[in-house]
Amino acid sequence: MSLLQVEGLGISFGGVTAVNDVSFGLETGKIVSVIGPNGAGKTTLFNMISGVYLPKSGRVRLDGEDVTGLRPDLLAVRGMSRTFQNLQIFHEMSVLENVIVGFHMHERGPVLADLFGLPGSRRRARAAAEGARVLLERVGLERAAEREAGALSYGALKRLEIARALAARPRVLLLDEPAAGCNAVETEEIDRLICEVAKTGVAILLVEHDMKLVMRLSDTIVVLDHGEKIAEGDPALVSRDPKVIEAYLGAGTTEALHAHG
Amino acid sequence: MSDLLQFLVSGVTVGAVYALVALGFTIIYNASDVVNFAQGEFVMLGGMISVAGVAAGLPLPLAALIAIALTAAIGVALNTFAIEPARGAPVVSLIIITIGASIFIRGVTQIVLDKGTHRLPSFSGDDPIHVLGATVLPQSLWVVAGAVAIFVALWLFFTRTLTGRAVLATSNNRLAAQLVGINTRFVMTLSFALSAAIGALAGVLITPILPTSFEIGISLALKGFAAAMLGGMGNPKGALAGGLLLGLMEALTAGYISSHYKDAVAFFVILAVLFAFPRGLYGSNPVERV
Amino acid sequence: MRLSPKQSTLLVLAVLMIASPFFFPSNYYYRVGSLVFVNSIAVVGIVILTGYAGQISLGHAGFLGIGGYACALLPAHFGLPPALAVVAGAALSGAIAYVVGRPILKLKGYYLAVATLGFGVLVSMVLANEGWLTGGPDGIKVPDPGLRALLEQVGIELTNPQFWYAFCGLVLFIGAWLALNLRESPTGRALRALHGSEVAARTAGIDVAKAKLNAFVISAVYASVAGSLLALQNRLITPDVAGFMHSIELVTMAVLGGAGSVLGGIFGAALLTLLPQVLTVLQDYEHVVLGLVMMLVMIFLPAGLIPSARRLLRGRGE
Repeated sequence: MSLLQVEGLGISFGGVTAVNDVSFGLETGKIVSVIGPNGAGKTTLFNMISGVYLPKSGRVRLDGEDVTGLRPDLLAVRGMSRTFQNLQIFHEMSVLENVIVGFHMHERGPVLADLFGLPGSRRRARAAAEGARVLLERVGLERAAEREAGALSYGALKRLEIARALAARPRVLLLDEPAAGCNAVETEEIDRLICEVAKTGVAILLVEHDMKLVMRLSDTIVVLDHGEKIAEGDPALVSRDPKVIEAYLGAGTTEALHAHG
Repeated sequence: MSDLLQFLVSGVTVGAVYALVALGFTIIYNASDVVNFAQGEFVMLGGMISVAGVAAGLPLPLAALIAIALTAAIGVALNTFAIEPARGAPVVSLIIITIGASIFIRGVTQIVLDKGTHRLPSFSGDDPIHVLGATVLPQSLWVVAGAVAIFVALWLFFTRTLTGRAVLATSNNRLAAQLVGINTRFVMTLSFALSAAIGALAGVLITPILPTSFEIGISLALKGFAAAMLGGMGNPKGALAGGLLLGLMEALTAGYISSHYKDAVAFFVILAVLFAFPRGLYGSNPVERV
Repeated sequence: MRLSPKQSTLLVLAVLMIASPFFFPSNYYYRVGSLVFVNSIAVVGIVILTGYAGQISLGHAGFLGIGGYACALLPAHFGLPPALAVVAGAALSGAIAYVVGRPILKLKGYYLAVATLGFGVLVSMVLANEGWLTGGPDGIKVPDPGLRALLEQVGIELTNPQFWYAFCGLVLFIGAWLALNLRESPTGRALRALHGSEVAARTAGIDVAKAKLNAFVISAVYASVAGSLLALQNRLITPDVAGFMHSIELVTMAVLGGAGSVLGGIFGAALLTLLPQVLTVLQDYEHVVLGLVMMLVMIFLPAGLIPSARRLLRGRGE
């Protein structure tokens, strides 16, 4: 049994099927990418797995436990964390505090202790801040720690979200287009970061349009088209699949699988 | 039986006014996503300016017309000087701005006009009409007929005229409306003018029954807001349904339970509706975008 | 030595509280000062709810009413000492906030606004209509807590306004200290996080509903204590305290000064409490000026006065 098991997941909005009967598995320390033309249902699939949408059919299992439609905060407690395609940053907080929030499950305690600033509360907050600084260093943002998050560049915010997600110490990490809008240097940094995280034993589910990145990183690629899974396999296999090539060319996108592969 | 009928009559009369106030909320909310807490002041202005006009010797229709035109102009000024400059501000700020506007309008009215309580003469006498044991004031018929006329006229405006459709398009999707060449600023201005004029007309219609003073706006705003919420914010049909429902519930509560808690039951029902349908009776439930 | 934002806020507060009386021309100003403190206590609660957690309440004066009437009714009917009635009232307000907040806080934006508004209106109506218990619209007498007499026994003699100035100031200071503790704590950070993005807060493991409820209950307790102090020093409480306009005033105070900061909220409370005192000269213009101030600040300084001023100073410093 895989760490994350997606079984026949489906959802429709106003009668239109957005995702239909998608299944795949994700193992510890592996990277699985979900690709497909725009509108194929990748982010919708992500939102179902991470508890933002309630799927109409199918199951999500985390370490054998049925977690379908569980609230995101309960999923976080069970070891699932994610980033967002359209950044969800706490703009008014400092960069450091954004990451500290990621430690919430480890730093939270009795409300009264927090109100009265008891030593226990301050200790928990201090530990979280120290952990957050280590993570900021890991994503290369340690020098921006005290700045207001809203002031960072797009690429930096992408890395900030990854740092925040890692703060929750996830077993499964969902990354929704981590390199979108990033320049070549930033993409390289994110590439390196994802590899490192996977090496520490975190299972990573990736949605990404940068095919070069996907081909290099992925252990397995799941291809969606019109909400359905049309192929699954290792990068070499998938990039030769005629159905996949047709889906991309047929959709009229300029993304050519082989150009980068 | 005749009691019930009597309560229904007064409920529909007051409900028609609430529906008009709720309609005013709806029009502005659709054009700008702003809940205008100064909506009740438009009703107050309609009544107060008419009263001043009549006191100055003008015939009632002319005084009413002036009141409606002046109130519409004040609505436009509110949009231009207070709402437009705060575009995109958080909900709390917008609430404070429109409540500030409401207090400001109240203050100016109290200085320019007066602090007294006034009543307009009824449009066609005060001889009650007897229907199945209930008495109906002729003015009640004016109020209900006026509300019906406004709703029909607006419905025609929104569905049959190009300008009306532009307003609808803007409320559905502001950006898309701009892209197809609709002047959304004009739509905002128009919405405030329309909404203020409707409020003022409601004020003119009801003042022969409910005396007016510079203070009445806030409670009307709360009731109208409640009615709009009840029907689902942003839906004109909901405004009508919510307004009438609220008026009827108030009248029945006052008649059968306690006149002290007439206002309470309105809020009680709203809380119940909000808990059961968090977006109102006719509200839509959009999917959260991430 | 560098002071943390928390320490500097508390220092500024303490200095202002202690220094102000030296400039008071008469005993009356102690009375105005203690009114500023009472409003500030309620507003610090709003800062936690609205400034930290981003949730609106247009009915918080309802909790002031509960706290105030607790000080009148509990001593009269249950023989509770008035000082203990403050605590009991706060507990009651917290409990009511907990029960009401659970369903209400699922709502967002204007829907939350109307639901809290409804709650506040209902409370004030019950207080005005149940005359057999509450004395009706004219209000009800509140007993003397006897704290001043207690001080006299140990040799500290204060006039009544002086005593309430000192006592409310102390309570406000503690309230500000708690709110500042909360801000940088895990609980407070969770509130500010869900203010920024509920989805992201959830993903970080924050139970958003519970966090909002925490903020609502805490802010209700602040309001309740403020209401109690108001009742005790006036020796009278009326339903107006719980009314819609008072709720609006509290939110306006918080937002005007800057809901995101404790100092901002207190500044807003001071400003709006003092404004009518200044404007008594031009009584008829009170509404006009108040409405104008509300609109102008929100349009031109949407972050509120104190945060805007801070930004300005920082901009110069760099």
